[in-house]
Amino acid sequence: MDEIDRKIIAATQSGLPLVNHPYHEVAESLGLSADTVMERMQSMVQSGIIRRIGIIPNHYKLGYKSNGMTVWDVPDDEIDELGMAIGKLDFVSHCYQRPRHLPDWSYNLFAMVHGKTRNEVLNKAEQISEIMGNSVRAHDILFSDAILKKTGLRLLQAHNTKAE
Amino acid sequence: MRQVEAPPILDAINRRIINNLQGGFPVTESPYRDIAIKIGISEDDLLWRLEVMKTDQVYSRFGPLYNAEALGGAVTLAALKVPEDDFERVTELVNAHDEVAHNYRRSPSPLNMWFVVSTESREEIQSVLDKIEQETGLKVYNMPKQKEYFLELKLFV
Repeated sequence: MDEIDRKIIAATQSGLPLVNHPYHEVAESLGLSADTVMERMQSMVQSGIIRRIGIIPNHYKLGYKSNGMTVWDVPDDEIDELGMAIGKLDFVSHCYQRPRHLPDWSYNLFAMVHGKTRNEVLNKAEQISEIMGNSVRAHDILFSDAILKKTGLRLLQAHNTKAE
Repeated sequence: MRQVEAPPILDAINRRIINNLQGGFPVTESPYRDIAIKIGISEDDLLWRLEVMKTDQVYSRFGPLYNAEALGGAVTLAALKVPEDDFERVTELVNAHDEVAHNYRRSPSPLNMWFVVSTESREEIQSVLDKIEQETGLKVYNMPKQKEYFLELKLFV
């Protein structure tokens, strides 16, 4: 990743312009050619620096008013197999292994479940539970009661690109 | 200060737009035209609908989703066990950090505050968590992801 990539990242991390030729507009604002911007972005997609290009839907506005962070205590030697099975369910948006904090927190597998109602989330958690069967030693569902803060992740600060 | 709003009108075309734009947006001269052709509407209609849906907050962002770790940055999820009568004070202290991107109150669990910390370097994560621990007097449970099993939005509407 070089300075040109960093400039492109800083210019696009909050979104692409809604115009006929968005990459041209980004290029123009950076004093680059559109071909350069497109080539760089294509290669960042290939290398995984860009996970995907698309919309980040607002679950709440789309009627998915309930979200449950389901957490599971499963044996470490089974977690990869179980994580893969759960992560591909269409109602699971994120699925991660995270560290336990014994004795306060024994859960090592997290799966975020979205539903239109709390009941729907509970039903989906039940489906996860059935898939994992006896491997589950304990589990819980944490519902979100309030969003206390929500901003974008800060990837690159503007000063980084200006300084160089 | 949350406003009560009517649910957005998601007609069949907007649904198709949302379902078709969750990934794989082309890097081409006229990417919106490419997508419009695929959906079967005009490019102008697509751009207009995306503007309206953005204003209505049907989606929060449209564009490249960067992988923070691949950029040298770091992200973690952390939790606190906040006493009920201290919740407001702790919320203010935690939210005051610019590095705290999201913060949710969750229940039912003794760990009732869950926040995401994002920094430009790995080392900064720990120093933000240390500060929060000192300021709040509460133990911070740091739960960075160790493995990711899937991260793909599959929200079909």
